Amino acid sequence: MITQYLFYFLTFVAIFSALLVVFSKNPIYSALYLIVTFFATAGHYFLLNAQFLAAVHVIVYAGAIMVLFIYVIMMLNLNKEVEPHKSTMLKVAATVCGGVLGLVLVAGLRETELTALSEYSNPSIGLIERLGNVLFGTYMVPFEISAVLFLSAMVGAVFLSKKTIH
Amino acid sequence: MLPIEIIYKIILILAVFTVTLVVAMYSTYAERKVAGFIQDRYGPNRAGPFGIFQPLADGLKMFTKQEFIPDSSDKQLFVLGPSLAMLTACMTGVVIPWGGDITIGDKIVKLQITDINIGILYLLGVVSVGVYGIMIGGWASNNKYSLLGALRASSQMISYEIALGLALISLIMMTGTLSLGEIVRQQDEGLANVVYQPLGFLIFLICAFAETNRAPFDLPESENELIGGYHTEYSSMKLGFYLFAEYINMFISSALIASLYFGGYNFPFQHSLGLEGNMLSMVQTFVFFMKVFFFIFFYMWVRWTLPRFRFDQLMNLGWKTLIPLAILNMFITGIVIGYKNGFFNF
Repeated sequence: MITQYLFYFLTFVAIFSALLVVFSKNPIYSALYLIVTFFATAGHYFLLNAQFLAAVHVIVYAGAIMVLFIYVIMMLNLNKEVEPHKSTMLKVAATVCGGVLGLVLVAGLRETELTALSEYSNPSIGLIERLGNVLFGTYMVPFEISAVLFLSAMVGAVFLSKKTIH
Repeated sequence: MLPIEIIYKIILILAVFTVTLVVAMYSTYAERKVAGFIQDRYGPNRAGPFGIFQPLADGLKMFTKQEFIPDSSDKQLFVLGPSLAMLTACMTGVVIPWGGDITIGDKIVKLQITDINIGILYLLGVVSVGVYGIMIGGWASNNKYSLLGALRASSQMISYEIALGLALISLIMMTGTLSLGEIVRQQDEGLANVVYQPLGFLIFLICAFAETNRAPFDLPESENELIGGYHTEYSSMKLGFYLFAEYINMFISSALIASLYFGGYNFPFQHSLGLEGNMLSMVQTFVFFMKVFFFIFFYMWVRWTLPRFRFDQLMNLGWKTLIPLAILNMFITGIVIGYKNGFFNF
């Protein structure tokens, strides 16, 4: 019962703050509302018994990535006064693109059957031991390949940010 | 859950909250006394015997000063900044085990508010969110110096969080658990973790200094280049919240160092003293607080001994020294664990 109330509350917070991300004029406010959205999503993970995912979601997205976002926004001192005015053409194009994306989402979700997860009631489903066993057992090779992918992305980022190649 | 257990939890939460605030309050007094001792002077000695009421006088002063919000600032965020700093500082205490089990009637209760099995991740999460208080406050002040302080704080905390996390990974690899209660219990049976992880402890300690913005890494508020840093525009209790949050963080991180690396509430030969049950738990809590107070003193000792770093030196230390060392530590830990499990017996 309490889970259901929490679900509706978190959903409301997530959607409301996600809308405010888009509608806020000030980029700092947009970024802060995005953090609220991340917290609401992390709360949803908790309701699904995925504690590890929830904690990592907060640490990585709210704690690291958004700090860097806000850092850049503060550094460039973006605010509503200096935001360049976009032409009407661009606005129309953006609206159409967003609408098409929404259409794809709706089309994708139309056929989905809303059935309860069979293992939903298993309290150990999202625990870190279980996750570790799955990642380093069943999905060992994809996991290692994605690690190599991250490493190459990191090397690439360092290489690009260096001004002189010599 | 039975109502009596809920009541017990509420009492424990209130007790931990009160103890945190009182310790943080008297840390400000201790800081000035330690500074006085190190610089060969008296320190505060006017309010009460030995100046023991000095924190109360300071608090009264903070509360009664004029509350000032600059006209050009962002009003909501200006208030949100110190509130967030205080909130995240108070949130970390819930996963720390403050002592052994105590028996009330026929019930055994833990002196830990919650022993979640992702305790360390919870701590990292709260710490990583903690930087927002400073960032938001510094930006909302609409002052160049505040903004510079906020930028310094955020880049410093992000950089040192990596080394902190890597140092913790070695510890987690060794103990095989993310629960703080379990890590402390393991140190009852074996030696304290600092014996096995001396390098990890050193890295963790240095990063803890940087994360709490304490000297020699207090660049976000270095007064000789940034006036007051991120809290330049703050006055009254909002300034008090920022300063107070720093002392709470110091207390909590001392408690963390004590429980992760120095055995928590355990002490040598505790089972051969002939103490049982509640008596033993009380002694354990006392010992734990002694360890915590030592590390708080250590924080102050370092502050009044070492000069402040330059910002590029700080970044070089974080990225080019601590992170490689932490990875090396992780590598060595992995090899030792592999050797113990017989991975190298061909």
